Amino acid sequence: MNRPTGATEAPGGRTLVVACGALARELLQVVEANGLTHVDVECLPASYHNTPDVIPHAVATRVRAAADRYQRIFVGYGDCGTGGRLDAVCAELGIDRLPGDHCYEFLAGSSAFADLHAEELGTFFLTDYLVKHFDRLVVKAFWLDTHPEMLDAVFGNYRRLAYLSQVDDPDLLDRARAAAAQLGLAFEHRPTGLGNLETHLLAGTSVAITGSTRSPLPTGAH
Amino acid sequence: MAEEQDIEEEIILADLSDEDLTAQMHDDLYDGLGDEITEGTNILLGRGWDPGRVLNDALVEGMRIVGIDFRDGILFVPEVLLSANAMKAGMAILRPLLAETGAEPIGKVVIGTVKGDIHDIGKNLVGMMLEGAGFEVIDLGINTDVEEFLGALDEHKPDILGMSALLTTTMPYMKVVIDTLEQKSLRGEYSVIVGGAPLNEEFGEAIGADAYCRDAAVAAETASRLVSERRAAAA
Repeated sequence: MNRPTGATEAPGGRTLVVACGALARELLQVVEANGLTHVDVECLPASYHNTPDVIPHAVATRVRAAADRYQRIFVGYGDCGTGGRLDAVCAELGIDRLPGDHCYEFLAGSSAFADLHAEELGTFFLTDYLVKHFDRLVVKAFWLDTHPEMLDAVFGNYRRLAYLSQVDDPDLLDRARAAAAQLGLAFEHRPTGLGNLETHLLAGTSVAITGSTRSPLPTGAH
Repeated sequence: MAEEQDIEEEIILADLSDEDLTAQMHDDLYDGLGDEITEGTNILLGRGWDPGRVLNDALVEGMRIVGIDFRDGILFVPEVLLSANAMKAGMAILRPLLAETGAEPIGKVVIGTVKGDIHDIGKNLVGMMLEGAGFEVIDLGINTDVEEFLGALDEHKPDILGMSALLTTTMPYMKVVIDTLEQKSLRGEYSVIVGGAPLNEEFGEAIGADAYCRDAAVAAETASRLVSERRAAAA
């Protein structure tokens, strides 16, 4: 693992990562593996993945609630379908987020993700988390279990399911393959590990080390 | 006992007044009940309603509510798809009857999801509402590049071009299409409306669209307004 110099030192105080619940396990893994004892991770529901409109306000609310307790706060989301609204919130609060449009991009790597997309525009992505919770976040969320006609209506434009795996787990691989079959999609497996997540998180949580000149987070009305 | 209650609560559409029936059809559209929409549509036609009135008062109004609640996060994709299917069931009955009336469309719209994007649920909803509002709709589908848009504009000579995108990465392509229209001195020939979950008013303005439409109902209202304005300006 690459560790930016001094990444584990935070003389100025504690750092909070407000993140998507779908990244909780991976973020905690990075924190633990790098000894980031000054970093706490708080997660918002992963189900927001299906309703990105709620993400900016939810992030802002959580950040404001924690502002007094942390010297630095970092957002563990990509744009995640918010169309720049999350960036606007981050700019208003003076905080940074994970770079990229969504977790598939920083897990696979921007270039590899772009290649996957270019190879097949109709690619539906799953991560370890989404494989584990496929039934709840995909099957039930899109009523595939009770309304089979939804399969074509929702997934009719997709051709391939790409499983971006973070860990080597044969059971998850089988479940991902089964998910592809259930959706009637071709299957592809790309082991990504943590991809660029670790680098991005270390960079995002280590800026405070240089001595933050950031103004206190706004806590007023919003 | 429960069975008796179910029987007591069952709604007989044919027994409802016109007002109650249209209100019930709004509910049935909201709940995605295609069979009930088919039945209600036939009942209203049987009572002598003209097809246009059934379309506007029962179906379009019902879908307007669905579109707004979808935009506001009250309804989600599966619910909207079921509503759209119910609407289609009613439209299947009304479309040939409307054609028989010989009424001219109030305008023509070319719509498509932009290049790189395969999401079409919102775009399809817009197409449905535009058709309900009396437009002829030419739907280019998904992953539509600038050449396809230009070809369709040339072929169909619409009043309006509508572009949709769901991805932050694909929405900038709308500007590519608009800029190309400018370069070819075609921009003034068409009104351009844009929509999609990650868009907003500022983005629509920044790329030079005539209007950003935040939901399908607004798209239909905006298209009607833009056509009226264009025709008034041309008169």
